[in-house]
Amino acid sequence: MGEVGLNAYLMVGAVLFVCGVVCMATKRNGIGVLMGVELVLNGANVNFVAFSRYTSLGLDGQTVALFVIVLAAAEAAVALAIALNFYNNHLTIDVDRGNELQG
Amino acid sequence: MIEQLLFYTFAILTCGGAVAVVATQNVVRMAFWLVVSLGSVAALFFLLHADFLGAAQLLIYVGGTVVLLVFGVMLTASGPYTTIKTSPAEGIIGGAVGLMLLMVLVSSIGSVDWGAISGRLPASPESPFTADSIREAHAEESLVNAGSTKAKTDLAAVQQQGRTVRQLGLSFLGLRPDRNLKEGGANGLAPGYFLPFEIVSVHLLVVLIGAAYLARAKRRAVSEDRVSLD
Amino acid sequence: MHGLFAALTLEDFIARTISSLTKIPADSDTLLLTAFLAAAFTHAGLLLGLFGGLPVFYIWLERKVAGRIQDRLGPTRVGGGFGWLQTIADGIKLIQKEDLVPKEADALVFRMAPYLATIASFAAFMVLPISDGWIAVAAECGAFLILALMSLEVLGIILAGYSSGSKWALFGAMREAAQMVSYEIPMAICALIPLMIAGSLNFQVIGRMQSGGFWNWFILHDPFTFLAFFCYFTTATASVKRAPFDLAEAESELVAGFHTEYSGFRWSIFFLAEYSSMFAVSAVAAILFLGGWHDGLGIDSVLDSMFRGTGTGIIEGFSLGSYVANVFGAVVLITKACLLVFVQIWVRWTLPRLRIDQVMTTCLKYLVPISCFLFLAAVLWPLTLVTMFSRPVIAGPALGERALSHQTTTSIDASERLGAAR
Repeated sequence: MGEVGLNAYLMVGAVLFVCGVVCMATKRNGIGVLMGVELVLNGANVNFVAFSRYTSLGLDGQTVALFVIVLAAAEAAVALAIALNFYNNHLTIDVDRGNELQG
Repeated sequence: MIEQLLFYTFAILTCGGAVAVVATQNVVRMAFWLVVSLGSVAALFFLLHADFLGAAQLLIYVGGTVVLLVFGVMLTASGPYTTIKTSPAEGIIGGAVGLMLLMVLVSSIGSVDWGAISGRLPASPESPFTADSIREAHAEESLVNAGSTKAKTDLAAVQQQGRTVRQLGLSFLGLRPDRNLKEGGANGLAPGYFLPFEIVSVHLLVVLIGAAYLARAKRRAVSEDRVSLD
Repeated sequence: MHGLFAALTLEDFIARTISSLTKIPADSDTLLLTAFLAAAFTHAGLLLGLFGGLPVFYIWLERKVAGRIQDRLGPTRVGGGFGWLQTIADGIKLIQKEDLVPKEADALVFRMAPYLATIASFAAFMVLPISDGWIAVAAECGAFLILALMSLEVLGIILAGYSSGSKWALFGAMREAAQMVSYEIPMAICALIPLMIAGSLNFQVIGRMQSGGFWNWFILHDPFTFLAFFCYFTTATASVKRAPFDLAEAESELVAGFHTEYSGFRWSIFFLAEYSSMFAVSAVAAILFLGGWHDGLGIDSVLDSMFRGTGTGIIEGFSLGSYVANVFGAVVLITKACLLVFVQIWVRWTLPRLRIDQVMTTCLKYLVPISCFLFLAAVLWPLTLVTMFSRPVIAGPALGERALSHQTTTSIDASERLGAAR
């Protein structure tokens, strides 16, 4: 086992990010898509905090990560409200069914 | 040694949880794996000496956002254990594209020499923290072990121990004691995060109102019919 | 635990002891790892003892108190006239039961959910100081962390209810989730009031600021903290789903709520989590408002001045006197928490259960505005005093002066440390 450095954390961040993107792309359940977004944001957060620890950026990384966490919570609340509206209109949460605007 | 052990444990939990979120079709199980993954990310934050951030991650993400998502699952499930299956073809394509993306990211992470790049950044804040904060850091620390009684009194040491609460709070008030002191106040004040903090606060209020408006109980067509029958 | 034996972290203490006994250099890698693991296991073992031991006592207490309130005796047979061993007997019975998973259940989540709830409840003990310096993880943001950890328990409960595949469990889990998520808000705001007065999220600092007489306790700091304590205690009772807020497991309506389908061991660890959370919220209340490990009569300061720092020299950094003083502090804190738990039990067997809409109304229409008002008032109180009497407190030294004048209680002298630091 080598010394844990910046790269190791960036790898974890990358895995989280990719999992999130794949999750957003492939899930048809609206809530599943939201979970993908959360994973992406967390991948970014891991990177921010790792940079704040291992480079001379100091606190900036942590501050931004804190903003991301707070805004992600807000995003989840609004997205959930939208998902509920979607469910009220379509009686399903399958995002492939929201295709009325396709003409 | 210890740090490595903990890091690898939580890194595997994080990545494994994230992969399981993608691979699972059942929404509630996805939520469970998401909890595992996000909780381990919080542990990684603690390892990165970001105590406050780790606690915030637990409180807001795991305790708040995921609960909200599970609520969403419950409110939108048309039957028990709803699974909306991804078609295998989509899954394979998604997985392949994901793997390629991962490879691109990993190779680019590996090819950059982070040490040299961070050397080009402005020098790290090494100036002594205010005398008050040092005293406080030491008074708060009930038991100072032999190592930290030495010269570890600067800001970096405070950050090393994950004691970033006060500094984060000050930076949200627009104060950056680390930066300002170093520049002697002559080069102007280093900007804190007062404006972003205020914007986020107002944003949260807007979201609160907006979400309540969007999710308000609307009369369905059925119930209107019933009213008209009455 | 920081300073369990000595004025060092336990890890350091073990490392030094081993290295002095075996002549291994104190900075060798294996030695540090051994010390780390030994310290971790000691902490975990002690906390597990507390985590497992207190519920055993509380369940017995609950039965006895319920019996007395209903004018009967409660358990009398097992273990002598007071039924001391009733909980142990119950536990043995429960472990013998078959571990059922209903056919309709989502087996993986169903099996994992009790552990999630229990881990969340246990993790809260990590940052809970038992006495001055006796804390497993001395995080600077301890108070914030404990609120975060206690809020995770709801996830285990939701997942348990949802994965059971039973409508009773689902109803119970939905009610529980709505209730716990809503009550977290006033609870956090009420907890914020003493934190703001102390100006710190560190339990150690908060505890030390309340040393001396009971008039130094934060509950008597100003009229608003006095009210905030009751507000906090109400919301804490609700957030650990005790009567009159025990809608989630309302026996008369929902069979047993979210744990309807559970049996045997998994069922019993839900109870373990519930009773431990009762202790955790009560201990937090005791630390934030009721002076923590200070008894308020001056006994502990006498003990402190007599014993603290004496009896050193057996092992480096170990002080018998400090140890005795810390044991006394731990007894005081646990007694305070147990008294608060007794009040929770007393309330449960006295008040009728609220309806779900009444529970939500109580929280959202009354407790949230009240706690917000109390918070604002507590912020403005010292400002008003400064304007009128040009001093931030009515009597005695201001809080900051008191905290500084109070000697830190470790055997390493604080001024010496500061000198070294400069």
